[in-house]
Amino acid sequence: MKRDAMPRIPPEEKATFDLESGKYLVMWQGPQHPGITGNMSLRLVIEGDTVVDCETHVGYLHRGFEKLMERRLYMQNFPLVCRIAVPEPDFNEYCYAAALEELAGIEIPDKAVWLRTLSLEMIRLASFLMWIGGQAGAFGHGTIAQWSVTMRDYVLDLFEELSGGRIYHMYIIPGGVRGDVPKGFLQHVLETMDIIKKNLDDIELVMFHNAVYKMRAQGLGCIPPEWVDKYGITGPNARAAGVARDLRKDIGYLAYPRLDFQPLVGKVSDAYERSQLRLGEMYQAIDLIRQIVELMPKDGPFREKLPNPLYWKIPAGETYVAAECTRGEYGFYVVSDGSDKPRRIAVRGPSYTHAVSVMERLVRGVNIADVAGLMVSLHTYPPEIER
Amino acid sequence: MDIKDFIAPFAVWKRAFEKPFTVKKPIDDRPGAPRYRGFHINDADKCVGCGTCEAICMNKAIDMVPAPGHDAGPGDSGLRPRIDYGRCCWCALCVDICPSGSLGMSNEYVWIDSDPEVFRYTPGVEPKPWDGAELGYRRAEGYRLLDEHRVDMPELHHAEAVKSFLELVRGYSRQQAEKEADRCVSCGVCIASCPAHMDIPGYIKAVRDGELDTGLRLLYETNPFPEACGRICTHLCEEACSIGTGGDPVAIRWLKRYIADQVELSDYAKALPRAEAPTGRKVAVVGAGPGGLSAAYYLTLLGYKVTVFEKDGEAGGMLRYGIPEYRLPYPALDKDIGYIESLGVGIKRGVSIGKEITLAKLRADYDAVYLSTGLPTAYGLEVPGDKHPRVLDGVAVLAAATRGEELRLGERVAVIGGGNVAMDAARTALRHGAKVDILYRRREQDMPADAEEISEAKAEGARLVEKAIPLEVKDAAGAYAGKSAIFVWNDAVMVQKEPGKRPVPEPIPGAVREERYDSIIAAIGQGPDLSFVAESDGVPMKRFKPIVDADGKASTGTVAGAPVFAGGDLVNDRKDAISAIADGHRAAVGIDRLLGGKGA
Repeated sequence: MKRDAMPRIPPEEKATFDLESGKYLVMWQGPQHPGITGNMSLRLVIEGDTVVDCETHVGYLHRGFEKLMERRLYMQNFPLVCRIAVPEPDFNEYCYAAALEELAGIEIPDKAVWLRTLSLEMIRLASFLMWIGGQAGAFGHGTIAQWSVTMRDYVLDLFEELSGGRIYHMYIIPGGVRGDVPKGFLQHVLETMDIIKKNLDDIELVMFHNAVYKMRAQGLGCIPPEWVDKYGITGPNARAAGVARDLRKDIGYLAYPRLDFQPLVGKVSDAYERSQLRLGEMYQAIDLIRQIVELMPKDGPFREKLPNPLYWKIPAGETYVAAECTRGEYGFYVVSDGSDKPRRIAVRGPSYTHAVSVMERLVRGVNIADVAGLMVSLHTYPPEIER
Repeated sequence: MDIKDFIAPFAVWKRAFEKPFTVKKPIDDRPGAPRYRGFHINDADKCVGCGTCEAICMNKAIDMVPAPGHDAGPGDSGLRPRIDYGRCCWCALCVDICPSGSLGMSNEYVWIDSDPEVFRYTPGVEPKPWDGAELGYRRAEGYRLLDEHRVDMPELHHAEAVKSFLELVRGYSRQQAEKEADRCVSCGVCIASCPAHMDIPGYIKAVRDGELDTGLRLLYETNPFPEACGRICTHLCEEACSIGTGGDPVAIRWLKRYIADQVELSDYAKALPRAEAPTGRKVAVVGAGPGGLSAAYYLTLLGYKVTVFEKDGEAGGMLRYGIPEYRLPYPALDKDIGYIESLGVGIKRGVSIGKEITLAKLRADYDAVYLSTGLPTAYGLEVPGDKHPRVLDGVAVLAAATRGEELRLGERVAVIGGGNVAMDAARTALRHGAKVDILYRRREQDMPADAEEISEAKAEGARLVEKAIPLEVKDAAGAYAGKSAIFVWNDAVMVQKEPGKRPVPEPIPGAVREERYDSIIAAIGQGPDLSFVAESDGVPMKRFKPIVDADGKASTGTVAGAPVFAGGDLVNDRKDAISAIADGHRAAVGIDRLLGGKGA
């Protein structure tokens, strides 16, 4: 297939199907299914082995985070927010902390800015490494996951060293971070980046120069550029469609304005191009981490003193703080009424639109064997859909 | 699609000859990182059971439970945190906030047991293999959720202070007070250590929230002398303060002063409770010190008609006559007393019991009598020559200063003693331009005076002579005869005679020194003056102390008349204002109960 040609665009409008006719089969994929990311399910209507209709069903992971936060002190929410997106908790920690700092008028020390940036890029890499294992696995290529999940574990080792936790790091705290880098940590980071880069080279060779992967992924689930604004598509899904939108550049938060990088863009946002773009972003993350290690100040305070967390009241106001996570725009909208607990918090996760509106449309006309691959290629995390 | 796409996938085979990432036995020990947030550890001896960990825990995974071997006492609730690992999320906020720094986390993360109940345990109390682990999450250097530093109190500089009787401590501004109040964690460990059991977290919260009327009401629930106690209280609460275990204790005393200073006397009545309907009964209180007036205040609230008899010309007792103006200015004391009087308490000034009126008469005329006469009589030096005219009594010097009399202490003054009266006398003498030596028989750290009084006395220029055992006072020779005295003392060495007891000073043979002073102020303690109690009054005595007390365990034998209660320095051992105030409150409750009320 020529890569420049725009593959088939699925119909946007929902058609009706006579399910009593005997022509169609209704099939549930999920909530427990290896081809589903996290716990959600797809109600598929199948004609032969082709999906003609799909409804996304969520709610299996609903824990009411946003409501829970209204009953907890500001500082008590800090260990809670990381649970909204398990594979990359740090974006939640950052957005929550940054929103509170903005409302309370707190400037964080420069060292904390760099450590936060480092933490966010490390988790970007870890999250992509887990994703690429799933993407290859969804097309029957189990070996990649063996490698990439190991590489992810190496990143988690780094997090363990830095923050004391592998999955929930709870490192970015309102006011800064919870500790300076331990002795020898930056050297471990650089060594780990070398190992991961070598592995990414292998993955690139084996996965992206693979006839099976190319045949199944190319042309699958193509997102036309005009859908990007219409459905609020962000992140690699949008960039692969040629829309150069990256909050790290566009709003330039944390230390990103001081780092040298350009957002990667593609042409045709199909499953193959999206995965290729994410691979590119993994290389970019490694490059950014190396830059951060080089540029980060060696010492200085890493946290600004805040009032007593038991009574910390934030002046009334509202704000929206966003960051570019692996999947797109991640944001926290925080409203304070001047008390010691937030009045309202709304979490904007990119998976809401990607896994519901976009997935339901893209899957029409797709072979049932490719549903899992398509789902993973949108890189969605159900917990952030149902905060 | 080209030929590479068919060949490249076979590159995975090269990995078959590489060392695998995985290990053969996954259960092999793989220690957590040095910062790993594993199972909790707690230094149960360092922990004071303040429960701040419980307050911050967002999962309610921590319960404060009684711990064997850790009894409740001053500055220790006797409770220790029990962690429920069914709820814990290993966020370690408890470690970050722990005021004493006793909580930490080990880097152990494997714990297998078939009994779910064991995963709820009290670290440091129930032994675990990871107790004492050196590795694991600890609060990072320079990182604390609580502020360990107290907001600085504006004070006069010592060089300036020593020139006048202006108040040294200037008091917090609103911003400073609210910032200081923000340091409190409302653990309440302080409440038990306060003799009056004031609602300290409550009034600190009132400061934080800017609700000073509420604060004042909470103060007056247990203490009608907030202006005085906000300045000169011995602040046992601050010694118990959990924040003090890892930094400066919260300035509880000064926050109390802030509330009282900020509310005008004319606004007191709006914030404070009114007296109940009159009961028609009368109570006599002997002594208008803090204890007597506290009893009068609470009895008045309960509907009693109270008359206070005071031998001096002004009410206030030791607060007025024993504490210099630079520590407790008279207008502040007058505010406290003024409010009590405004409720209808009658104070008969200049009336001595035993002279103008007898105790028997009081017992006949009133329904109850409360004795709160304190310790007005100074002990003598008890050395040869202590009757020399230049040997003065510390309490008398302070009282004379209060009355505005000329002191005529001279240029060289010796103060003998190490208590607060000694420090006050020394600093009063300094303010009169004298050169002052403080002589004490033990070491500085053994002095019963408040540490800040000692350091301030030294800063203002007093010289401290430690381990000086008085031997004799001689008249000075020559031109100084009759005008100065020579103080002779023996240098001592501290000897640990019995293990566990405090060392005692032993004179060094031959190390006798002497110095000429214009005045020698003896401030080595005071005793009661119970000359007004006649045997026929039937008040039981033991070692010159009445053994009746403020709780209503009044015993007046078989002699007819109103029951007698006693409290304050006269009876209790603490000998400070707050204990006297607490006694006064207890006596009011006891008297009310005895006379048929509910006592509250």
